[in-house]
Amino acid sequence: MTTATGYAPNRTLPLRVEIVRQFKRRRTLAMFGLLLALPWVLVIAFQIGPQSPGEEQSLRISDLATQSGLNFAAFALSVSASFLLVVAVALFCGDTVASEANWSSLRYLLAAPVPRDRLLRQKLIVALGFSAAAVICLPVMALLAGTLAFGWDDIQVPGTGEVIPALDVLPRFGIVIAYAMVSQLVVAALAFLISTMTDSPLGAVGGAVGLWIVCTILQAVEALGVLREFLPTFWNNAWLDALQPELDWSGMAKGASVSITYAAILIAIAFRRFRHKDVVS
Amino acid sequence: MKRVAALVVALALIGVTTWLVWPSAPEVRGQDQKITVVDGPADDQRVELDTTFFPPPDGGKAPVVLLAHGFGGSKQSMRDQAIRLAQEGYAVLTWSARGFGRSTGQIALNSPDYEVKDVKQLIDWLAERPEVQLDASGDPRVGIAGGSYGGAIALMTAAFDQRVDAIVPQITWSDLADALFPNAATTTQTTAQSTAQATTEAEAESGADSPAAPEAGAASGVFKRMWAGIFFGQGVSLDASSLLGPREAAGPLTPQQARCGRFLPEICDIYQDVAEDGRATQEAIALLRKSSPVTVADRIKAPTLLIQGQRDSLFPLSHADANAKAIAAAGTPVSLAWFDGGHDGGNGEADWLFEQSSAWFARYLKGEGSGAPPVSAFTVTRDGGRDPGTRQRIRLHPEAGSYPGLGGTDTTTVELAGPEQNIVNPPGGAPASISTVPGIGGLLGGQGNGGVSIDMPGQSAAFESRPLTAPLQLTGSPSITVRVTGEGEATLFAKLYDVAEGNQLPTLPAGLVAPVRVTIPEGAGSTEATIALPAVDHRFAVGHRLRLVVTTTDMGFATPAAPATYQVSLASPALTVPTVRTLAAAPTGVAWWVWAMPLASIVVAAVLLATGRTPARLRRRPVRASATEPASIPATLEPGVPNTTPASPPNGKPATPTATTPNGQSPDAASATGTAKDSPSDVAAVVNGSSAEAAPVTSVDTAVVASTDVPLEITGLTKAYRNGELAVDGLSFRVEKGQVLGLLGPNGAGKTTTMRMMMGLIHPDDGEIRIFGEPVTPGAPVLSRLGSFVEGPGFLPHLSGRDNIELYWAATGRPVADAHFDEALEIAGLGKALERAVRTYSQGMRQRLAIAQAMLGLPDLLVLDEPTNGLDPPQIREMREVLKRYARDGRTVIVSSHMLAEVEQTCSHVVVMQRGRLVSTGPVSQLLSSAAVADGHGPRLEDVFLDLIGDKA
Repeated sequence: MTTATGYAPNRTLPLRVEIVRQFKRRRTLAMFGLLLALPWVLVIAFQIGPQSPGEEQSLRISDLATQSGLNFAAFALSVSASFLLVVAVALFCGDTVASEANWSSLRYLLAAPVPRDRLLRQKLIVALGFSAAAVICLPVMALLAGTLAFGWDDIQVPGTGEVIPALDVLPRFGIVIAYAMVSQLVVAALAFLISTMTDSPLGAVGGAVGLWIVCTILQAVEALGVLREFLPTFWNNAWLDALQPELDWSGMAKGASVSITYAAILIAIAFRRFRHKDVVS
Repeated sequence: MKRVAALVVALALIGVTTWLVWPSAPEVRGQDQKITVVDGPADDQRVELDTTFFPPPDGGKAPVVLLAHGFGGSKQSMRDQAIRLAQEGYAVLTWSARGFGRSTGQIALNSPDYEVKDVKQLIDWLAERPEVQLDASGDPRVGIAGGSYGGAIALMTAAFDQRVDAIVPQITWSDLADALFPNAATTTQTTAQSTAQATTEAEAESGADSPAAPEAGAASGVFKRMWAGIFFGQGVSLDASSLLGPREAAGPLTPQQARCGRFLPEICDIYQDVAEDGRATQEAIALLRKSSPVTVADRIKAPTLLIQGQRDSLFPLSHADANAKAIAAAGTPVSLAWFDGGHDGGNGEADWLFEQSSAWFARYLKGEGSGAPPVSAFTVTRDGGRDPGTRQRIRLHPEAGSYPGLGGTDTTTVELAGPEQNIVNPPGGAPASISTVPGIGGLLGGQGNGGVSIDMPGQSAAFESRPLTAPLQLTGSPSITVRVTGEGEATLFAKLYDVAEGNQLPTLPAGLVAPVRVTIPEGAGSTEATIALPAVDHRFAVGHRLRLVVTTTDMGFATPAAPATYQVSLASPALTVPTVRTLAAAPTGVAWWVWAMPLASIVVAAVLLATGRTPARLRRRPVRASATEPASIPATLEPGVPNTTPASPPNGKPATPTATTPNGQSPDAASATGTAKDSPSDVAAVVNGSSAEAAPVTSVDTAVVASTDVPLEITGLTKAYRNGELAVDGLSFRVEKGQVLGLLGPNGAGKTTTMRMMMGLIHPDDGEIRIFGEPVTPGAPVLSRLGSFVEGPGFLPHLSGRDNIELYWAATGRPVADAHFDEALEIAGLGKALERAVRTYSQGMRQRLAIAQAMLGLPDLLVLDEPTNGLDPPQIREMREVLKRYARDGRTVIVSSHMLAEVEQTCSHVVVMQRGRLVSTGPVSQLLSSAAVADGHGPRLEDVFLDLIGDKA
């Protein structure tokens, strides 16, 4: 008998168990609370802010936000995609292994034994699931809050002011959310990689966000020319193309390509490193 | 980390090396030459031209490109561009045209008698150069490029010299008379009689066939006085850069120089003549037409890329249009590009223009096979919004396969509305409306859309459309027919504004106006005129209005001084707006890397994972036995002892229940026996093992068996710290079933490292650990038979003790029934605290909970690191009993501790380590008896231990 009765490697650390382990954490709950509250905070901000005199027909996304629930959701996504969602995704993916190492519970899981590849796989699936939930819940809540506050109306496109019927735009909204998720894959993979290398959860989150910020800064260096297209942050706002009258895939295709490329390699490195790592925490 | 650092250093080295080794652009050296040419109507004037020849940098013969400078510039203005072009593999010649820079002679405005003859002789000179590729003897492969004044010489030379093979004229004129005396009006039927008077000899000669061509022509045109003044004057140059550098001409000016500068006197005289009253004379028109490409464009055989600025009130897009039509009519390939630039500023797009010119020359000078990107027949620079990264404006370059002309491929009609309005021409023409201030836009590098446009009240009539319901992309020259009522000749200016709602100022696209001069026939009282509004490329957004404004004044033009009043109304409300359907952003398709990169990365990821797999453990297996084959009967076998492991072969596998010295049944043994019943393998051990004499801990060297029954066997285990110091050095020992083994050693002896290796957390550098015969690797399934507590507890602080224990068990994936939660939690003894979050626990509580976690599922081998740390004496005592009882059930316990008295009481056997090495091993009793009785009382483990590690006081 080489194993304890009832032990099977592929039954270890079921997703359900990992979800419960992570979901009861304060920072998980706080992050979701923040994401769900933000649209309401924005609604209040728009309501109490000084109303612009008359119908100012500016076509900036922030000025159009109060036109309809859909416009508001687009606005909420545009203001949060560049940083808040990055932090949320980095938190869920960067914290997952590093915090176990920090609590010393990692070694007991590994000695249980949960095979290392399986441990990473299950944790990655759960972390990505939480990240996806974060990316979804913000615009959906914004849509709800916006519709309650500003009514259900057709969307007015920023920049050109064209109007797209609300029902046509709903599937586009699905594309926007899907693209937002794909584009955050880089952050997720990066945070996850750092998470397997450090014992400090905040180090993993901070490292991922820090590298993200560095990319954003590099992206502003126009001298880099076409090289900037390969920065993971460059196509972050490409989802705006999905809200144009003519759906333009090219930016999103490039963004998804860059994102998947980085994510696949970073995750592979994470698995490879973790297999051989001496767990000393 | 070291490897990462090494990788970074390696990458940095590669980067720096590549940077250094990367072929830098070849060095280009210019050769300054004075070339003497003979020109003039009678070929009798000698002029010395200041030139610089740039041979192709890589030697050999190459096509040659002549780069002509703009008005007010010199060969120096073209130097950077020439070097860049030479690096592309051309010979390049720059020169200062006659009357400019250090060249002698006077400015003749690109006259066929003067400048054109000069350039023909430069081509003759080039034909003699060894570096220049020839088509035939005396006929070099030659292209000409230049802007403004230099663009016109490219066109004129190509018309008069068939040796020219390709030209790229930029922001230049087709008809200089029309440029300086434009009239955008076409008077219609009601005023047919007035056209006779306006038709000039020059008009007939030019044969202009553009529908937008003013019927009235330059003779009735409105004098573009500010531009003309700059053009002919000495004060301001068209070339903004020449203002910055020191002026080349030195010394005080003679009266003649002050009057005419370096112009030919006859040109100077004519200019002074026309500038005085703002009316084109026949001589002036004849002279200007002589210098106008449109008159000779049908002779041009060299493929022509016309690049015209969208922000150019001097030579607007209609000039490129006229040139293109005239050249194409002769069957010569022509492409057009409308870029963001021109004499009024804009971005300039220097790099894009260079790319286009370079591609054009590559195609027509180097040949098709040069791999140059094709140049579309018609390209327009448009605003592409903002760069997602920098938020800077970016420009798109939509292309069309053919040039549709200023009328577009389609037209959209926009209804304008407005009553008849009275407008006055103020006496003296002041104050004047402002559209573009010539010479200023370029200097300010104005990026704004048209800058400031001001219409004076009372001087303008406005007609406005309703807000647009769909965006409107105007590309070309819109037209509208207006009715002007009044007397005599009316000078008017028409502009088309883009009016946004709200507080935004209306914008005048490109700052362009259409000057109009119509003659109201005697007695008729009014006339209708169709106005060709300025050609622009502009997008009117949804909700914006189009506003046509007709004014009587414009600062850039000469207007009559006499006061007058007119009534302006729309003859027809329809504004015809040309659009170009075929203009589409360059078909980018999906870049190859969009799909290739993720695929490649997935392959790389797969390779990373596949190569990173732990190689199948090819460790030296003990020769003596293997876990899979029946082992020989060990020396320690007690006959009659049944197998304790059901999986063992029936032929009597070694079963050596080596229990500790019975220390009396503990009162709470009930729980232990109760647990034993649950696992049948243990029942036997309890029944039969009680009598077992302490068996020696068999060192591996003497062992004969490595079977599935040996709970732990360590062979030659070695692990070095990162600094190379050995934490564990060749450690070998073996633990038998039923033993409580004490792992002793001073701090740093390698106890914890050994335990971590037992758990598969760290990899041994050498040697092997076997648990129940199975080698330990990370995540080896046999670890499921090991319970461990090493270096402190590890719990999720936000969960309660019970949740932690239950979730931990759930994470093992084993059935809940096997967990024996009750027994384990009884050992923890936490009571109600079990429901509290672990973060509220004391050190001792966590310790007990962790030991309980280690005992979950009653593992066959229990490894505890300092289990009594943080426990109070009663708890220590209880823990001791628990461990003894646990081992008595046939399981094995390994305990590391500092508390020697504790070990002495708890353990049956000890292993003493120091500096990673095994110092001693054996039953506690043997160890004690071997020690000499030093003083009165019996031997203590403490003394033995200190003796062993050589630290006895």
